[in-house]
Amino acid sequence: MADEINNPEYEVPPELQGQVSVTSIDKIYNWGRRNSVWPMMFGLACCAIEMICVAASRYDFSRFGMEVMRPSPRQSDLMIVSGTVTKKMIPQIVRLYNQMPEPKYVLAMGACASGGGPFKEGYNVVSGVDKFIPVDVYVPGCPPTPQALLHGLITLQKKIDRQSIKSVRWYNDVASEPIPIPVLGPDLIDPRDFPRFAELQAKAQQAANETGVETES
Amino acid sequence: MTEETKTKAEDPIVARFKDQVSMDDRQAYEGYLVKPENLIEFARTLKEELGYDYLSSVTGVDYLPDEKLEVVYHAYRTSGGPAAVFKVQVPRAEPVVPSLVPIYPGADFQEREAWDLLGIRFTGHPDLRRILLWEGFEGHPLRKDWREAYFEEERKPFKNRWPEGNVYRVEDKKAFGKNVSYPDEFTPEGWVPEGEQSLYAALEASEQIRSGNGNGREDELGEEVVVNLGPQHPSTHGVFRMVVTLDGETITSLKPVMGYLHRNHEKIGERNTFLMNMPFTDRLDYICSMSNNFGYALAVEKLMGIQPPERAEYIRIIMAELTRIVNHLWAIGFLLNDLGAFFTPALYVINERELILDVFEAVSGSRMMCNYFRFGGLARDLSDDALQKIKEIVNNRLPAKVDELDVYLTGNEIVRTRGEGVGVLTAEQAIDYSAAGPVLRASGVAYDVRKADPYSIYDRFDFDVAVRPNGDVYDRYLVRIDEIRQSLRIVQQAVRDIPGGEYQTGKPQYQVRVPAGESYGRVENPKGELGYYVVSDGKPNPWRYHVRAPSFINLTGMEQMCIGQKIADVVAILGSIDIVLGETDR
Repeated sequence: MADEINNPEYEVPPELQGQVSVTSIDKIYNWGRRNSVWPMMFGLACCAIEMICVAASRYDFSRFGMEVMRPSPRQSDLMIVSGTVTKKMIPQIVRLYNQMPEPKYVLAMGACASGGGPFKEGYNVVSGVDKFIPVDVYVPGCPPTPQALLHGLITLQKKIDRQSIKSVRWYNDVASEPIPIPVLGPDLIDPRDFPRFAELQAKAQQAANETGVETES
Repeated sequence: MTEETKTKAEDPIVARFKDQVSMDDRQAYEGYLVKPENLIEFARTLKEELGYDYLSSVTGVDYLPDEKLEVVYHAYRTSGGPAAVFKVQVPRAEPVVPSLVPIYPGADFQEREAWDLLGIRFTGHPDLRRILLWEGFEGHPLRKDWREAYFEEERKPFKNRWPEGNVYRVEDKKAFGKNVSYPDEFTPEGWVPEGEQSLYAALEASEQIRSGNGNGREDELGEEVVVNLGPQHPSTHGVFRMVVTLDGETITSLKPVMGYLHRNHEKIGERNTFLMNMPFTDRLDYICSMSNNFGYALAVEKLMGIQPPERAEYIRIIMAELTRIVNHLWAIGFLLNDLGAFFTPALYVINERELILDVFEAVSGSRMMCNYFRFGGLARDLSDDALQKIKEIVNNRLPAKVDELDVYLTGNEIVRTRGEGVGVLTAEQAIDYSAAGPVLRASGVAYDVRKADPYSIYDRFDFDVAVRPNGDVYDRYLVRIDEIRQSLRIVQQAVRDIPGGEYQTGKPQYQVRVPAGESYGRVENPKGELGYYVVSDGKPNPWRYHVRAPSFINLTGMEQMCIGQKIADVVAILGSIDIVLGETDR
């Protein structure tokens, strides 16, 4: 990256070479962000143990500027969803996501967070955290090895590199809406499904009426 | 009459209770059948006169074809010996059983779990609420006629996967594209969540007194504050939550709230075939996958009536004890985290843990989720290279490292002042609350399943049970250091004596035949007694599969440990119990 900053595609007068760097604002903006991704200290299940190992000395993700794990969502840039997302936990996860300031990223670590994993059929398991919050990087594995998680984090850095300050959502004119927080009812209720409830009920009503007519005739 | 039935008739307990208690004479079942109305008296006699002071496991079984729900109790003597198993059968339509909490307080959470998942109502229980799911959840999931949203078939392997193999995504067949199902006619509008009033009862009571409606005088009221820790909290070791009521900084009550990682281990386990459950057990206590395998393998082997070969027994012991070392290193590192030494001690112990994980990876192919044990043996043999590596670790490297930990931590002023006299559980309380493992032994009770009721080949090794007298945070830490040393002793003996030969009885199988019956296999897991209660009806899948999780039951005594302590100590006390949420919530 330093090379790119010092060797832009612009001509620098000889007397200023080595003293002035010319680069695009996107490059310098992303260069700063990609090397200081602060993950939230947030563990859900088995994968959290491997996440801790990545933070420890053998794999050491501080090499990539990520060692500052923040216990508070207000100070973090990255949510590593490390483990099985359950129905009882998803309201808190969505709330934490809403509390994170922009720019924010989500990494789904492991099979459970990506799609339910081995526990998918369980009655208390959400089939992947992306049913509720947007995910930037998926890391497969059960649990992913530390190398796999590092690869996922580097993939996220590459994604950050490709973003442009002109088009990122947090500089849009319209502020992004918080995600509605799911409610625990007889089963998990997603407020975004409310219209669908009415639709299904109307359909069921209609079907009941039709069969009713048939039996009468 | 056979020899066995003759001894059954002369059983002293049956003779004593005459027609109130009978032997469970179903094929391959054990224990006594007690009538619900006699349960309290029976349990009291068992505890007070016959010395079965330790109630290990309480669980329910749904015998749908017989229209019966059964509650199964396993009680032991802390002086050692086999179990007293007793059962109560109640009609499925009206399952009411007297609660055993007044006699065995350790039944508290387990009865709540049976209520939550099976809908068995325990009369006289002080606080019968749902524990793993939330209030308002529809139905009791472990009932055999309850079906999850993604229900496909009763038993695996499912037809869409094998042999037909018309694979589809189950989401595509569901109304919301999600893992949800609602009762008919359910509309979310106008629906009010149950809330958590019961958790905040203390707060409400003082509110009422202030407004002049409650009993009590306002000037006697302390400054009661309710603090909610978790489920997202850096020091609750996962998604655990506690609702703590404080008077100033002193704790007056503490309500653990769990279930945030309840991933339906038992329901999925009853759909799985016996062998399919093995990798799921890895994910219970995900730090100790090897010894989780051990308990499950023992339970099913007991039903099948097979024995692993000699070499496999040795490898099992080596792996289980290495797991204990891993777990205790981890627990000590993170206890120090909770005491304020953030991450430095943890980095040291993780370094040592990685060495053992390399061994696990070499033998099983995975660092954490080893899935290494099979019924009647192991998945693979232990290679000479791996054995050499283990010898190097346990003979040369770890003993010095444990001494190093001991030197730096044991005499450390902060560890001592924050540990000594904090979170005390006396020996009687520890037994009453069914605490297990290091928590029980730190309270001065020398109860270790490896010695008290030896399984596998533990009786051949020379080792001591680590015991400490004070029952505080500091002693729990010391017990763990002692246990690492004892485990090293065991592994040193095992790698010296390990014989050659087979590592598996018979050919490796994809499907095992398990005869009908019940069995309870228990091992001394690093966190305490891990038990598997398995009921087979002769089909390829277990009829009932229950896990007695030490992390879950050890929390029963948490409130007792915390009352009267300061809020800052809660974190240290929780760290000293050493829970893993995968096992607590299952």
